[in-house]
Amino acid sequence: MSHDNNKDVLHKTPQTKPRYSATFDEYTMSEIRRSAATGIYDIRGGGSKRKLPHFDDLLFLGASVSRYPLEGYREKCGTDVVLGARFAKKPIHLRTPVTIAGMSFGSLSGPAKEALGRGASAAGTSTTTGDGGMTQEERGHSTTLVYQYLPSRYGMNPDDLRKADAIEVVIGQGAKPGGGGMLLGQKITKRVAKMRCLPEGIDQRSSCRHPDWTGPDDLEIKINEIREITDWEKPIYVKIGATRPYFDVALAVKAGADVIVLDGMQGGTAATQEVFIEHVGIPILAAIRPAVKALQDLGMYRNGKNSVQLIVSGGIRNGADVAKAIALGADAVAIGTAALIALGDNDPHLEAEYQKLGTTAGAYDDWHEGKDPAGITTQDPELMKRIDPVKAGHRLANYIAVMTMEAQVVARACGKSHLHNLEPEDLVALTIEASAMAQVPLAGTNWIPGVTKF
Amino acid sequence: METLNFDLDKKRLREVNQFLHGDASGLNGKSVVIENPNGAHSIAVGLKSDVHVTIKGHAGYYAAGMNQLAKVTIEGSAGSGVAENMMSGTVHVKGFASNAAGATANGGLLVIDGDAGLRCAIALKGADVVVGGSVGSFSAFMAQAGNFVVLGDAGEGLGDSIYEAKVFVRGKVKSLGADCEIKTMDAESKKILTDLLVKSGHKDVSPDSFTQYGSARTLYHFHVDNAGAY
Repeated sequence: MSHDNNKDVLHKTPQTKPRYSATFDEYTMSEIRRSAATGIYDIRGGGSKRKLPHFDDLLFLGASVSRYPLEGYREKCGTDVVLGARFAKKPIHLRTPVTIAGMSFGSLSGPAKEALGRGASAAGTSTTTGDGGMTQEERGHSTTLVYQYLPSRYGMNPDDLRKADAIEVVIGQGAKPGGGGMLLGQKITKRVAKMRCLPEGIDQRSSCRHPDWTGPDDLEIKINEIREITDWEKPIYVKIGATRPYFDVALAVKAGADVIVLDGMQGGTAATQEVFIEHVGIPILAAIRPAVKALQDLGMYRNGKNSVQLIVSGGIRNGADVAKAIALGADAVAIGTAALIALGDNDPHLEAEYQKLGTTAGAYDDWHEGKDPAGITTQDPELMKRIDPVKAGHRLANYIAVMTMEAQVVARACGKSHLHNLEPEDLVALTIEASAMAQVPLAGTNWIPGVTKF
Repeated sequence: METLNFDLDKKRLREVNQFLHGDASGLNGKSVVIENPNGAHSIAVGLKSDVHVTIKGHAGYYAAGMNQLAKVTIEGSAGSGVAENMMSGTVHVKGFASNAAGATANGGLLVIDGDAGLRCAIALKGADVVVGGSVGSFSAFMAQAGNFVVLGDAGEGLGDSIYEAKVFVRGKVKSLGADCEIKTMDAESKKILTDLLVKSGHKDVSPDSFTQYGSARTLYHFHVDNAGAY
């Protein structure tokens, strides 16, 4: 290029680069266009997809001079957990604190439910039913099965109640606190319709409130009724979506819950409005400490027989998340989305099929449409043949074992002989937000926003 | 017939319910009388044999909840959720019933001689509910299946978002809920109503004096035109 040409270029008005708005980003614009074309809100599965303060924003302080660690592989680090010993004659004993969250038959295929049961049983943990009742696939293959008692009461019957190992009264879930279930017509097959006593193929809208009780005083009477029906054998869990965890936990405990299940906004759903998933509820990181505080204030936190256990869920992915949740005060965690991924959901080997559905492996969330190429979130008899319950169950068991061992690695490094000995003092935060939410100091400081002065 | 008496002033309800959950072979055909119920909650819940239970007075919440096979008579009034999620058998309330009577009941027959409160037969899943008096607002809300007969009046929002349940009301209906409409009573429905009137002790009441209600089925599928109803 000659000297003269270069001069000409500099005299031209330069073209600026095309610039997307941060506010009106590509996804936002596509959603505006979709809304304008259809006139109905977007429905999808899964949990919050936005970036949220999460367990990744916390770090463990390993042992050093001031504290000493435990030897990996040689010195014991316990992982067992007992749930619901407060009133129940038969509390739940699990070998790992990683449990499987409630997911319905209907939203998931029969083989997928069987795989969850097989995997959980092999790993020494529990699985949970969902809106739509208990199936033989699941009861038959689950050593420990938690039976959900939901507002819709689809498939609720006393025989299954007596067959359950624990009962979970569902008030809400993290993906949609204050909302009811939803299952669209594509998945209301003959079998699903029969179990739910609905016409085949309708778009099912479950109620968001229980039909026969309102408020915490009624809940106490309801819990008592379930205990009476089951002769006080089974622990009663109460599941809440994370919004006002201090008050909700306190009231659930007062109502007689043996175990609180606290689900953050990253927790998945089979189907609900996108606006609900992304804009209602709080991240699990912000919910654990207030929930634990409620238990402590009521004298119910790790207080022998007089204890209420806390299970947290919503975005648990690995052993570090498990250890961090427990260090913040949880007794156990629950996984839903992660378990489905272990079974084969959103797997890259199905990329060509995800492309046909207008998406890509890892981003597929139109679970309500029932076209899942992995055979998991579907009721299509052909698609569900693609999941082998034995192999998928084995993968799930492997995954839970890895999470459990990872949590042990971290706990031993912190010098703990049981996962439950992890404590908030073992943690620091990487961000001011996480520090404030988890109430652990910002790394390298003594500062906890809202608790101590900078 | 052998009759056993339990006095809730002297015996804990827990022991009575435990007894009533005993082996069916020992309970079938037996009569059990519960005295001094004094509004206790969860009396005779979770029964699963053909036992006849008479509650001599008022019951609290969830009396005869989740009933299977048993015949339970409440000689007073019943609190919220009487016979909730009943599967089979019969529950007869001789007095009044509070809210959510027969909620989500799947089978069996619930008879209430007096009035019933709000949300009677809410989310009904196949049982028969007959109310001699009137029912409160939001009754038969999201009722999925079964038959709901009201000899008196119904409050606001009857049958809101109803599915395939049949509703028969003899008196006035203050207002219908979303997607609930008047139906023409066909021969099959009339037979159901006639049989229920006989079974519930109202054989002299003419089925022709009732109006039938059911789902207009316009909300069965999500559609932009229904946005106002959601």
